[in-house]
Amino acid sequence: MATETLTLGKALNIGLRKALENDPKVVIMGEDVGKLGGVFRITDGLQKDFGDQRVIDTPLAESGIIGTAVGLAIRGYRPVCEIQFDGFVYPAYDQIVSQVAKMHYRSRGKLNIPMVIRIPFGGGIGAVEHHSESPEAYFAHTAGLKVVSCASPQDAYVMIQQAIVSDDPIVFLEPKRRYWEKGQVDLDAPLAEAYPLHAARVARAGTDATLLAYGPMVRTCLDAAAAAAEDGRDLEVIDLRTLSPLDLGVVYESVRRTGRAVVVHEAPSNVGLGAEIAARITEECFYSLESPVLRVTGFDTPYPAARMEEEYLPDLDRVLDAVDRTFGW
Amino acid sequence: MAKGDPGASTRGRRAAPRSRKAVTGDPELVQLLTPAGERIDSVTGPDGTEYRVDFTDEEYRGLYRDLVLVRKLDAEATALQRQGELGIWASLLGQEAAQVGSGRALRTQDMAFPTYREHGVLYCRGIDPIMPLGLFRGVDQGGWDPNEFKFNMYTIVIGAQTLHATGYAMGVTMDGRTGTDDGEAVIAYFGDGASSQGDVNESFVWAGVFNAPLVFFCQNNQYAISEPLERQTRIPLYRRAAGFGFPGTRVDGNDVLATYAVTRHALDNARHGQGPSLIEAYTYRMGAHTTSDDPTRYRIASEVEAWQAKDPIARMKAFLEREKIADEGFFTDIDEQARREAIDLRERVLAMPDPEPVTLFDHVYPNGSPLLDEQRAQFSRYLESFEGSVH
Repeated sequence: MATETLTLGKALNIGLRKALENDPKVVIMGEDVGKLGGVFRITDGLQKDFGDQRVIDTPLAESGIIGTAVGLAIRGYRPVCEIQFDGFVYPAYDQIVSQVAKMHYRSRGKLNIPMVIRIPFGGGIGAVEHHSESPEAYFAHTAGLKVVSCASPQDAYVMIQQAIVSDDPIVFLEPKRRYWEKGQVDLDAPLAEAYPLHAARVARAGTDATLLAYGPMVRTCLDAAAAAAEDGRDLEVIDLRTLSPLDLGVVYESVRRTGRAVVVHEAPSNVGLGAEIAARITEECFYSLESPVLRVTGFDTPYPAARMEEEYLPDLDRVLDAVDRTFGW
Repeated sequence: MAKGDPGASTRGRRAAPRSRKAVTGDPELVQLLTPAGERIDSVTGPDGTEYRVDFTDEEYRGLYRDLVLVRKLDAEATALQRQGELGIWASLLGQEAAQVGSGRALRTQDMAFPTYREHGVLYCRGIDPIMPLGLFRGVDQGGWDPNEFKFNMYTIVIGAQTLHATGYAMGVTMDGRTGTDDGEAVIAYFGDGASSQGDVNESFVWAGVFNAPLVFFCQNNQYAISEPLERQTRIPLYRRAAGFGFPGTRVDGNDVLATYAVTRHALDNARHGQGPSLIEAYTYRMGAHTTSDDPTRYRIASEVEAWQAKDPIARMKAFLEREKIADEGFFTDIDEQARREAIDLRERVLAMPDPEPVTLFDHVYPNGSPLLDEQRAQFSRYLESFEGSVH
């Protein structure tokens, strides 16, 4: 068994390589994805091995990347588009929302757009503006798109391949601040037997309260749970993994046991994923709740200058503060 | 050279065109049929390309039939909207030659990416003309199979389809389907208003960079709803191509023969691997932008009358009469055929059933979604709760 210790970024790289190997219709396209291997090196070495018709350096135009990928998809290709940073996806927003998301529906199922849109998202790397945003709610709100986010090297490796194999158009959010974190990855496990793409999973079992997170905040919540354990509080952490559609069965089951839920994301709270999740938990678990569902999020400001991002981003202390409040209700 | 081929040639012939009365006074306008119906044997475009057509009489009559049928069906759709049977209609009135000329220039293997006004091209692709009426009636969002007919879905968001066409054309190249006579080419339709869109300009960049086998076919109908061409551009649209590194040609879009010749030439260049080109079909939207529009608010009657004199069908009819290619009986037969097809279209539109409410949940995702399954089930139960009730 080829279990290796890999960074999340390298796990994605190997996952993309497998996808290119397994299906000649898979093409990678984006800015600087060729010789440079992408600004985060996620496509490192792929153009060298698969050629510039499979790993395509595109003109610097995001709408063009997604719009031409729609045409390639109609032609029978499976485009994997890299948007260089979260804050640069908006020029492509019309193509994603009006074209990618709706083509299958408008054609009454005659056209599929089996596209993956990879976006490094979230903050915490000290970047300048437009490089640290969390746009997931825009896409999760759009019917016809599916949205997922990986939080560990193992999931990164498997989920990127599952997303590429899927006929659904998928926005694939990569937690850029976790690209360099390492974990064990089983490179040989058959994809068909892997944990499903659109399913949440308990990342840490616990009994006293439930933390809900995805992408970069899973690590933050696991750290918070470890700290809480030292204080004698046993927190369950659920990695949501799929943001649209949400998979909340495991969440309901958890909250019915713990009676307390805290949703954590970097994106602003107003009309964010946390609001939807809190509403659904309230509908399903009303009589089990010991406190309202709380949210720990970025603030409803533009993403701040880097020297303030530690204040903006949810961290261990803010998560535990919210947990404390659920017990003080 | 096979009959029906335009015989467009770049092999150095520089035959001066026979007398030509350019409709716009633009010396660069390619025209093979004057508004009076005078046939021009050949014309040399600004880049030295010689354009000509060599149709059989039957083919000339076929083009005339297409023009008349397309206009009649369009008029019927406008009437259906006025009677409340369609929610809205985007008429092609005045643009028949641009659409039939380019639509007939497509070879079977070529792929077209339309806007929402390409009813004439759709007709040429062999799609049942009722299909777009389903869209405008609101029973579906376009019912044809784009891959079966090589004609993509209508695109309402202005200019978005030009990028789809570019990507599709890149795929043609990647599939190794260019460089031969039976290679594939792609055509992207858009209008003068769309020429301002970022997507259109990005598609020019991409098509050029990737040498895509693509023809950009701009129907310049002079207005983007109410805004005249001068609000979109400072230079003639076809000249924009030069800045992107590929040829641009302006053709008389009310001349079905010239439009055919120019489009066929551009498509054949594309299929042979010579890359993209831009055609500006210079025409005029005789009707409103859509049935929701009132063009009398933004253009004057004399302008419309001037374009009326350049009508694409009248000039073709004058040509057929002048050359004795068709007689009065033919014209009567075509009118009668058009009338019957319009009646048939009307009857079938009125018979279109409303879709079942729960089908609104269908085809959101190829792989489905548990969330939607839940909503569908809830909505079905809700609907069932009314069964048997009086009100």
